[in-house]
Amino acid sequence: MEIKIFKFTGFFAEDKDAAQEIRINKIIPALKKGEKVILNFQKVDSATQSFVHALISDVLRKFGGEILDRLLFKNCNLTIQKIVTIVTEYMQES
Amino acid sequence: MKIHLPNSAFLGNIDSFIKSYDPSNGTILEITANKKWISVHPVILTMIAGLAKLKKIKEIKCETLEAKSKYYFERMGLFKFLNLDSGITIQEHESAGRFIPITNIKTSEELNNFIKDMIPLLHLNPEEAEPFRYIVSELVRNVLEHSLSERGAFVCAQYYKKSNIIRIGIVDIGVGVKRTIGKSHSVNSDMQALQLACTPGITGTTSREGGTDYNAGGGLFFIKSIAKVNRDFFMIYSGEAMYKLLKRNANTKRIRLSSDPFLDRHSKGENYPYWQGTVVGIDISLDSNQLFSTLLDLIRETYTKSVRIRKKAKYKKPKFI
Repeated sequence: MEIKIFKFTGFFAEDKDAAQEIRINKIIPALKKGEKVILNFQKVDSATQSFVHALISDVLRKFGGEILDRLLFKNCNLTIQKIVTIVTEYMQES
Repeated sequence: MKIHLPNSAFLGNIDSFIKSYDPSNGTILEITANKKWISVHPVILTMIAGLAKLKKIKEIKCETLEAKSKYYFERMGLFKFLNLDSGITIQEHESAGRFIPITNIKTSEELNNFIKDMIPLLHLNPEEAEPFRYIVSELVRNVLEHSLSERGAFVCAQYYKKSNIIRIGIVDIGVGVKRTIGKSHSVNSDMQALQLACTPGITGTTSREGGTDYNAGGGLFFIKSIAKVNRDFFMIYSGEAMYKLLKRNANTKRIRLSSDPFLDRHSKGENYPYWQGTVVGIDISLDSNQLFSTLLDLIRETYTKSVRIRKKAKYKKPKFI
């Protein structure tokens, strides 16, 4: 499954409610079915740490760090890559 | 309740302004002002707007402004929030490139729209806009999620051409940081609450490391870090405590972020007049803006390390007998 983040957030991904909706209604059900999930950040030029946390932290908590083999991040610019890295590292440490 | 608009009040010298605020007699808000010239940080406008919207306020009195700079307050929309006719007539100019008047944001949707509109209003290029919208988003969301205030957030910003700085104020009249953080952590004072609120990984929603699925407890730490790296002021005031991040030494070669805000160059005080809610002021210098992605490298190092240290502190120790 590929999820186009821009469709939910526009250029600046900061709406945590949108992140929560994507996680609950799309990411987790697909992962539970054993599918691979691709989060496509095309056209999104920035995101907040709070948005990314609301998007994926619970996924990492529920499925563990190994889920990063099936949860993939596509078309992320440098800023978004770094924010995703901060959140994934943080969740695996905690 | 009395508040005085002084000759000058910016984050560097805001302490005396705050000390002069008198929260007693909570049903009447009286505003007085310097007669000659008033030049103040936007956070002061948002504080007055917030006070005016307190439920207990029955009457607002504002002395006629005589200062030459009185037009500024009309343009920033202060009198609309006070529901008073200032008697000041101005020619409405296009506001682009200069300021964002006092705005009240109560919902996530209003915040989304505000963020879209504010960048063109300040004429920022993408690099300049990045930390600015990040800060506004995180701070306003903090208000919407944690302040428990029906009145939402009061936001105001001004671009200062001469110094090339954007100054922002974000205020709420909610429950304050101590009550929010105190839901999940043991907190003895307003100051301790501010310290915890600026520590990465500490959120009022849980005592668990890693936060909840919705809150990480990283927002204020990120914002303080943006200010520190760029050598900007950052101020947070709640209850009777105020913490102010001071500009770091310009000659420091290696920038180190601290997970404990008290390890940064700062000033703080615990005997300020009681503020019901939270006040945040920040300056963003557009000259010294480090690349946002460089800043994220520094944050990454500190953010994860602080969790590791806290976890290690909780490890059960072996007993050697």
